[in-house]
Amino acid sequence: MALRDRPLSPHLLIYRPQLTSVLSIFHRLTGVFLISGTALLCLWLLSAAAGPEYYAWSQWFLTSWLGYALLGAWSYCLFYHLCNGIRHMFWDIGLGFSLRATYASGVLMVLASLGLTALSWGIGLAFYFTQ
Amino acid sequence: MSIQTPLARVRYLGSAKEGSHHWWWQRLTSLMLVPLTLWFVASVWWLVIGGATYEALQDWLSGPIAAILMLLLIGAMFYHVKLGLQVIVEDYVHHKGAKWTFLVIITLGCLVGAVAAIYATIAVAFGG
Repeated sequence: MALRDRPLSPHLLIYRPQLTSVLSIFHRLTGVFLISGTALLCLWLLSAAAGPEYYAWSQWFLTSWLGYALLGAWSYCLFYHLCNGIRHMFWDIGLGFSLRATYASGVLMVLASLGLTALSWGIGLAFYFTQ
Repeated sequence: MSIQTPLARVRYLGSAKEGSHHWWWQRLTSLMLVPLTLWFVASVWWLVIGGATYEALQDWLSGPIAAILMLLLIGAMFYHVKLGLQVIVEDYVHHKGAKWTFLVIITLGCLVGAVAAIYATIAVAFGG
């Protein structure tokens, strides 16, 4: 039997970039990037389960320059995905659909994600260095 | 006049009978992950501030609240990953065989990741 082709999502490259569409695709990209963080979370927990000598390896990696760079990127991507996820929840209950509201919430979401990342690292590092 | 049966005409055009389940669980896991990820970030900072020693990690994860929240985080997170990656593949991978292969890898990969993380959490929580 011949299958009829089902409709698929429109491609990114067809549209001229707008704030709304760019924020939308970054939601996906941050989500995909965060999966590498889940892999590291697994390895971190498994190394702890394997014993102190293996846990020392993951500590060595996380406190390397690559580790810090990844932690910085993950923390921002996490807050981005979290803030935009909350934006999506408002849409899910039917709020904020007007063009003006989507742009305003988009700008607010980016500012909130930057602010939360700065707050997290600011508070964390302040406690770390005063300890 | 077509000699197709009515069934043949509507087949593959209607509901796949699973979209609402996918949508709903993506939202439920999101809702869980908002407090859980914030708790996790705060916990990691708390461990780092304490020097990130093995003993500190063991102390933290052997408490009932931390262990239960960690298990909930792992479950919600990997299911959320599975649902999210599934949509991306369904959107962009058009070849049927490749799509099927990706979906199987994603589903089983998330299952393996979740089981490994759950095992490790329990091992640390109950490990002497």
